[in-house]
Amino acid sequence: MTGQTPALRLEGIVKTFPGVRALDGVSFEVMPGEVHALMGENGAGKSTLMKVLGGIYQPDEGQIIVGEQPVVMRSPLEAKAKGIVFIHQELSLAEELTVAENIYLGELPRKRFGLVDWAKLEEQTNAILSTLKVGFDAKTRVGDLSIANQQMVEIARALTVDAKAVIFDEPTASLTDAEKVVLFDVITDLQSRGVGIIYISHRMEEIFKITDRISVLRDGQYRGTLQTAETNEEDVTQLMIGRALDLSRNESHHELGEVALEVRGLSCGHLFRDVSFEVRSGEVVGFYGLVGAGRTEIAETLFGLRDPSAGQILLSGQEVRIHSPADAIAKGISLVPEDRKGQGLVLGMNCRDNMTLPQVDDLKAGPFVAEGAEVSIFDQYRDRLDIRTPGWKQLVGNLSGGNQQKIVIGKWLSMHPSVLIVDEPTRGIDVGSKSEIHNLIRDLAAQGYAVIVISSEMPEVLHVSDRIVAMYNGRIMRTFTSEEVTEDNLIQAISGLGGDRAA
Amino acid sequence: MKPGMLSNFLKRGAIWGFIALELIFFTVAGEYLSLSEKAFMDVDNMLLLFKQSAPIGIIAMGMTIIMINGNIDLSVGAIYAICAIVLLDSMTWPIFAGLGDMVIPVAWVLALLAGVALGALNGLIVWKTGVDAFIVTLGSMLGYRGLVFMYNGEQPTSHLNWTLVDFAEAQFLGLHTATWFLLIVTAAIWFLMNRTVHGRNAYAIGDNREAAVNAGIRVGPHMMINFMIIGFLAALSAVVFYSESGSVNPNDGELYELWVITAVVLGGTKLTGGAGSIISTFGGVLAIQLLRKGLAHIGADTETVNLVIGLILIVVLFLDRQLNIKGKEELKV
Amino acid sequence: MAAVTKEQVGGFLARQGILVAFAVFMVGFTLANQRFVDPDNILGVIRSSAILGVMALGVTFVVISGNLDLSVGSMMSFSTIVVLDLHDKIGPALAIPAMFAMTLCLGAFIGFLVGYLKLNSLIVTLGMLSAIHGLTLTYSGGQNMDIADKEGTWFDFFGQGSALGIPVPILIFVLLAAVLGVVLSKTPFGRKVYAVGGNGTAATFSGIRRARVVFTCYLISAFCVATAGLLQASRSLGSQNTVGQGLELEVLAAVILGGASLLGGSGTIFKTVIGVLILGFIQNGLLLVGLQFYVQYVVTWIIIILAVWLDIAAKRGKLWSPIA
Repeated sequence: MTGQTPALRLEGIVKTFPGVRALDGVSFEVMPGEVHALMGENGAGKSTLMKVLGGIYQPDEGQIIVGEQPVVMRSPLEAKAKGIVFIHQELSLAEELTVAENIYLGELPRKRFGLVDWAKLEEQTNAILSTLKVGFDAKTRVGDLSIANQQMVEIARALTVDAKAVIFDEPTASLTDAEKVVLFDVITDLQSRGVGIIYISHRMEEIFKITDRISVLRDGQYRGTLQTAETNEEDVTQLMIGRALDLSRNESHHELGEVALEVRGLSCGHLFRDVSFEVRSGEVVGFYGLVGAGRTEIAETLFGLRDPSAGQILLSGQEVRIHSPADAIAKGISLVPEDRKGQGLVLGMNCRDNMTLPQVDDLKAGPFVAEGAEVSIFDQYRDRLDIRTPGWKQLVGNLSGGNQQKIVIGKWLSMHPSVLIVDEPTRGIDVGSKSEIHNLIRDLAAQGYAVIVISSEMPEVLHVSDRIVAMYNGRIMRTFTSEEVTEDNLIQAISGLGGDRAA
Repeated sequence: MKPGMLSNFLKRGAIWGFIALELIFFTVAGEYLSLSEKAFMDVDNMLLLFKQSAPIGIIAMGMTIIMINGNIDLSVGAIYAICAIVLLDSMTWPIFAGLGDMVIPVAWVLALLAGVALGALNGLIVWKTGVDAFIVTLGSMLGYRGLVFMYNGEQPTSHLNWTLVDFAEAQFLGLHTATWFLLIVTAAIWFLMNRTVHGRNAYAIGDNREAAVNAGIRVGPHMMINFMIIGFLAALSAVVFYSESGSVNPNDGELYELWVITAVVLGGTKLTGGAGSIISTFGGVLAIQLLRKGLAHIGADTETVNLVIGLILIVVLFLDRQLNIKGKEELKV
Repeated sequence: MAAVTKEQVGGFLARQGILVAFAVFMVGFTLANQRFVDPDNILGVIRSSAILGVMALGVTFVVISGNLDLSVGSMMSFSTIVVLDLHDKIGPALAIPAMFAMTLCLGAFIGFLVGYLKLNSLIVTLGMLSAIHGLTLTYSGGQNMDIADKEGTWFDFFGQGSALGIPVPILIFVLLAAVLGVVLSKTPFGRKVYAVGGNGTAATFSGIRRARVVFTCYLISAFCVATAGLLQASRSLGSQNTVGQGLELEVLAAVILGGASLLGGSGTIFKTVIGVLILGFIQNGLLLVGLQFYVQYVVTWIIIILAVWLDIAAKRGKLWSPIA
C-alpha cells in the first residue's frame, strides 16, 4: 500500500475545548479501497475527530489532506463537496419527507422555475437503493421506516456523491443480523470502487470481519495502527485501554450491611427483560455494557420514570411501587442521571438552588425558603466535594463539566439516600476530576450507602465496583465479583459472546 | 396493515370526516330546529359558504406554509387591514386620476406590494435578529395596527368603485370571484409546497432544522420568502374582500390570526413544523365556516360558534396527542 | 481606572437595557412636556395601568413556567360580565367570591389541559380565548351588562375609591405585586416555577411534580384575571362583552418587555411591573406630546423587538443571528 496516495490523511490534529484537550496531535490515514477501523473507549476522542473530519468542528492545529490537497472544511456541506461523507450515528433525517428527498436533502435536482425534477430524483434514488438491496423505494416516507431502514437512508446519502472517504459511526448499533450483511456488502462495494472507509465500532467481531487496519485513540491521542490480519482482540483491547491507565480492580471491600435494594425479574417492554440483582449497603455494584444494553432504562425504572411491565422492586426487604421521581426520592432512592445538562441541572439557575432543588419543600422558614439553610448545605458539599466555584450565586451553566457533575452528586448526597444510582458519572470530564469522583464513590460506600454505578468505561467499573453486572441487549449476562473479573471475560460478556460461560 | 397506518389515516382523513359529520348533523338537526324553510345543503347556501370562506382561507394557506416552516405569524390581521386601506385609498390619489378604471389594477398591485413588503420586514427581522417569529410578529401585530390607525385615525376609509364591485360580485361557472381566488391560491400553494425545491426545503427546515442546515439549505431566505408569501396572501385576501365592500374600519382583521391558526391546526399541521397539508387546511377552513353557518342555521346564537370552535381545537389537540403516545414504556417526563 | 470596553457597555445595555430605555423615555418626555412628571399624572398613569398590570403579574408566572396564556383577555371579559350580572342578582358581597370561583374554574381547566394532559399551551389558550369569549356571549346573550343602581352601591370602591389618598386600583396592584413577587422569589413554589420553566426534564428528575406546578401557575393567572375583572367592572359599573379583547397580547408584550423569556425560566415580578409601567408611560407620554394612542403601538413594536433582540444578542455574544 505504500506506493499509493492515501484517500484521506490527517496530520497532527489538535482540538481543545475549555478545560479539555479533546484531540492531541492525532495523525492517521486511510487508503483508497481500505476499511480502516477507528477504535477507542468512550471519551477517547473518536467522535470529536469525526466532527473535525465532517466539517462540524474546526481543528486548532494540524491539517486534513484529501488526495494530495490540504483542505479546510467549514461546514458539513464543504466536507461532502470534498468527497468526505459522514454517516451519523444519530439520525439526521426529516421524517415527514420521502426517502428520495432525504437522500438528496439540500441538492434536489431542479428543472426550470425551481421545480423539483421528480422523475430524475426518483430514478437516481432507486438506482442507489437497488445497490443497497433495501425493501423500500424512493417514495416511502422516512417516518414510516424502521430505525434500521432509516440508517440505510443515511448510508444511501454517501452514495450520491463521488466519495473519497466515507465515515461510518457505529452503523450497526440498531441493525439486525440480516441488515448487517447488507451493510457489509455495501461497504465491500464502496471498497471496490476505491473509496476509503473509516469504520467506528465497539464490536470486535465486526472489526475483525471487515476491516484491513485498526487505529486506536486513547485520551485524545493516537496510540498506533495494527494490521487486522496480524493482530487479535487482546492486542487491540490492550492498546485501547492502555497499560498506563489504572486498570486495577477494586480490592478494598467494606463491611456489607443489609440488602438495601433487591430487584426480581424486572422487565420493561423490549427495553430490558427479567433483570434480577441485589445491592447491599456499603456495596458498589457496577453495571457495564454497550450503549443501548438497557442499563439506563433500569435506573430510570427504579427512579419512577418508567413503569415496569413485570417484576418486583424491594427496598430493605419491603416490596414497593415507585410511580414518580418524587416517590423514589421519598423512599430514599437518588439518581445522578446520564445527561448532566439535559436531566441533571437547570443551567440557568445558580449553584445553590440547583443543589437544594429536590428538598426545597423541606427547607422552609415559615412559608419561605430558608436561604441560610440552603447556603449551609451548599457550603458543606462544596467543601466535601471540592467544588470550585466563585460562590453559590454562580450560574451552573458557567461551571466546567467536572464541577457541574459534582453539583449534581452533591444535590443527591444532600438528600441522604439509602440507594444512590450514578449513571455515567464521569462522561465528558477531565482525567483529574474523574479519579476524584471515583474516590468519592468508594467513600460513599464506606459510609454505608448502597451504590449502583452505570458506566461504559471499563476502567471505571473495574475501579469502583465490588461486583460488576454485565448486560447485553436488555439482559444480565453474568455477575462478576471483583476477584473473578478480567478485562477479557467482561468484554466477552457484554458482547453477548460469554453466554455459554454465564453463571 | 403496517403499524401507525390507522393513526395516519385518522389524522389525514380526520378533517374530511369532521366536515361530513357537520353536514349530516346540521342537515338532520336543521329539519327539526331550523327556522328557515331551506335545507342546509342547499346549493346556493354551499356556494355562499365557499365565498365566505375566502378571506380567512386565503390567509390560512399562507399560515400553513409558515407553520410547516416552523414559524408563526400573528400579524396577518394587521397586514390585511393595511393592504385594504392601500387598495381603497390609492384609487382616490390624484396622480391616478387620469387612469379611469385602469386605476383598479394599479391599486391592486400597490396593495399586494404593501403586503409583500410588510411580510418581508417580518421575515427579515426573524432572519437577521434570530428573535422568535412569535415575538417578532406579536410586535408587528401591534406595530402594523398602529400604522393602520396612523393612516386615517379612527375613521373608516371608504371608496366604492362600481366596476370593482361588479367584478367582485360576478359569478363564473357558478362560483363567486372570491371562491375562484380561494381555489386558485389553494392550488398554487399546493403546487409550491409539493412541486418546487423551495417548498420541499421549507418542509425539511421545519422537520429537522439541524439536518437541513447540515445539508446546506439556507434557512433564512426560505423563511423570508414564506413571510413574503403570507404577506402577499393577506393582501390578496384584503383585495378580494374590500373590492366588494368598499369600506375598511381600522379594527378590521382583528382576531383574524386566531381564526386562521385555528383553521390550520384543525387541518392537522404540526405545531412544531415539518408536517402539514394544504388540502387539509382547505378542509379546516371549510369546517370552521360550516360550523358558523350550521349553528346559525339551527338557530343557535352566533356566539356559540366561538365556544364550539375553541373546544374543538382543544379536543383535536388532545386526540392528536393520544394517537402519538408510544406506549407504556415511554419515559415519563 | 480601567477603560470601559465595548463588550462591557454592550453587556450592561443588554442586562439593564430595559431600565435604560425607561429612563431615556422619562427624560425625553419630561423635556417635551413638564406635565409628564407631575405627581398627579404619574399616579394617573399607574392607575390606568393597574388592570393590565394585575393581569401581567399572573401571566408572568405562566411564562416563567415555560408556557403561554393567550386566554387572559377573554377571561377578563368573562369575569367583568359575570360580576356585573351577579351584582344585581345576589348582591356584591356574594357576587365577588362567586365570580372569583368561576374564573378559577376556568384557570383550573386550562391548567389541567396544559399541566396534566401536557397539551401545547399556545393552542390550548388560543382555543380557550375563543371558547371563553363564546361562553361570555352566551352568558350575557350578547347584551352589554350594566348595574341597575349605579349610585347606591359600594361596589365602585375597587375601581374608583381611594384609601390613604391613593386610588384603590393602585393599592391592589401594588399589594398583589408585592405578594406575588415574594411568592415567586422567596418560596419553594416560586423556586419550582423557575426550575420547571428552566429545564422541565431536570425538574422532573429532581422530584418536582411538574404538572402540579404548571397547574398552579394557571390558577394564579386566573386569580389575577379575576382581580382585573373586578377592577374593570367596579371602575365602569357596566361593560361590553369584549372589554378584555386584545389585552392578552398587550399583557404578553409587557411581560416580554420586562425581560421574561418565552422559553421559560427567566423573568421577575419586578421586571414585569417595569414592563407594564413602560407601556403605560409611553402611552401617556405620547398623548401628552400630542400624539394619538396608536402611535404607542408602533413604539411598543420597536421596543419589544429591540429589547428581545438585545437580550438574545448578549447571550449569544453576537448582534446578528447565525441563521444562514
